[in-house]
Amino acid sequence: MPNALKHTLFIALPVLVIFAVLPGVYQNHLLLFNFVIFLILAQGVNIIYGFTGYLPFGYVGFFGAGAYGFAVVVMHLHAPGVPAVLAAGVAGVVVGLLLTPLLRLSGAYFAIANLAASLAVLHLIANPALESITRGPYGVSLSATFNPTSAYAAGLVVLALTLGAVVYLKNSRFGLALQAVREDAVSASMAGVNVVRMRVIAWLVSALVAGLAGGVYAWYVSVFYPDNVFSGDFSIFAIVFALFGGVASITGPIVGVIILYGIYNLIGFTTPQYFQLIYGLLIMGLVLFLPAGLVSLATRRGWHVP
Amino acid sequence: MLVYALVAGVLFGLYFSLVGIGLNLVFGVMRIVNLAHGDFLMLGAFVAVGVATLAGIDPLFAVPLAFVIFLIVGLLLYWVLVPRLQGSTNPEMLSIILFFGLSQVIEAVATIFLGTSERSIPSRALGTVFSTIKVKLFGGSPESGGGPVEIFGQGFPASWVIAAITSLVAIGLVYVYLYQTRLGTLTRAVMSRRDEAFSTGIDVDRVSAAAFGIGLGLASIAGVFAPFMFGSVTPAFGADATVTSFAIVVLGSLGNPLGTALGGVIYGICYMVVQTYLSSWADLLPYVLLIFILLLRPSGLLGRRVRVA
Repeated sequence: MPNALKHTLFIALPVLVIFAVLPGVYQNHLLLFNFVIFLILAQGVNIIYGFTGYLPFGYVGFFGAGAYGFAVVVMHLHAPGVPAVLAAGVAGVVVGLLLTPLLRLSGAYFAIANLAASLAVLHLIANPALESITRGPYGVSLSATFNPTSAYAAGLVVLALTLGAVVYLKNSRFGLALQAVREDAVSASMAGVNVVRMRVIAWLVSALVAGLAGGVYAWYVSVFYPDNVFSGDFSIFAIVFALFGGVASITGPIVGVIILYGIYNLIGFTTPQYFQLIYGLLIMGLVLFLPAGLVSLATRRGWHVP
Repeated sequence: MLVYALVAGVLFGLYFSLVGIGLNLVFGVMRIVNLAHGDFLMLGAFVAVGVATLAGIDPLFAVPLAFVIFLIVGLLLYWVLVPRLQGSTNPEMLSIILFFGLSQVIEAVATIFLGTSERSIPSRALGTVFSTIKVKLFGGSPESGGGPVEIFGQGFPASWVIAAITSLVAIGLVYVYLYQTRLGTLTRAVMSRRDEAFSTGIDVDRVSAAAFGIGLGLASIAGVFAPFMFGSVTPAFGADATVTSFAIVVLGSLGNPLGTALGGVIYGICYMVVQTYLSSWADLLPYVLLIFILLLRPSGLLGRRVRVA
């Protein structure tokens, strides 16, 4: 059996089946939906950070752009949910295209510029001067398309696409070329890899995934403010989840989301400061003691982890 | 209107240079992105609030106090965090995440102990030490301090002028440290080539620890004036301050204190001019400016070094 098929059958498919069945058994649908969203975002971060080494510190920019792409299409064109989610994906890709020049930057410069870019998109959308288009800082309410069940199903479809993309990257010459570029761009280009094109494709796929996730999120919650969908927590959580599990693998981000987001919900929201304290300490400990993620515990022993 | 915007821009700009200079020093020496920079600013602001409300004296006394406290905090933190981080595969990226964690911890602890309410200090309190000295030496009424200062026929709050002057002095001292002292020369050596500095026998860790401590100290000094420049502070104030500091540092250039001073002044003038004429777009300015500068001149306005692709 080829590896790609094995990974699809034994990793991607079970995750999808579990999240498709759980709403029938477990009552807290919002929690399950958030799990799906974070699985998508963590894999999206995996695509760009794990395979190319660019740290998308403003990843939420695509997510928020997607949510507002959905909202604008629904408000002004009265589109139904599915086409609006596609429009959200387009919005994510457009923002990604606008930001491709950032790929010229390296290391911390890229991370900081990306953070600034996401905040710039936030302030643009939340600007009272654009109230007629985006409703500015006053938030949007999309009662026309409100349908959590379909939105959850759409979320599963986006998750399936994302997992498919990661399985493909993990098992294809394209993914291998990307990892070569990450390790040493000069050597990779000497070996005939088109460095710029590879990076741009990975960047746009990552943006598309986040844009679609933003659209699905907007569909599910249907009432939100710019500060909700552009909250820096989305970027940070997605990065930390992916990193905790281990990037450049299929299972790493999944394990990261399930463990860390599970802990997040177990500690609960009763005292946010204590929660923030524990979370901050956890992040610091992770970087200092387990910088390559949980997966590295297994790979260090010589086990192969997909 | 324009004159007011320009002069206010220069005053704010000098202050903004002080905000950014500590970050510049830390990134220049250690290639570490201190995302908790703004949180040390916030802690400095609370030292000032403490000095003004608990001790009831001029918040200017908080400047040396905050500097010494955070110099020591910086030295301790350096030894706990940085050597371990430098040993990992990609310290520059991981430092972003590590210091994000630190900023969360600081914000959480500050919220637990200080609450979420906005704290401010009456701006009359700043600079009372000068008017007291004036009264003691030359006589006169004690009410003369604290009023607006006139520059080019326009009145500016005295606290802005005091903050600008303190910033100038602090930047001058950083310059003296880097160019006139032995440790400063070593610091510049580490900034330009870390591995070569190491192989010539420079104690890179000691130099870096000093730079880290001084960087945090400078951030806390800038924080002392934050309640006057921004009206009030809360524990959540740190995150915005960090992005602004980055815009200023990148606008100037890394590893060059004069560059940060220039970057700060340009940023301050742009900020005030946009604030005056297009106020609803003023929030966008730091981010757009940061992106454009990064794309057009990644090495900053005064930078010499060429970026490695």
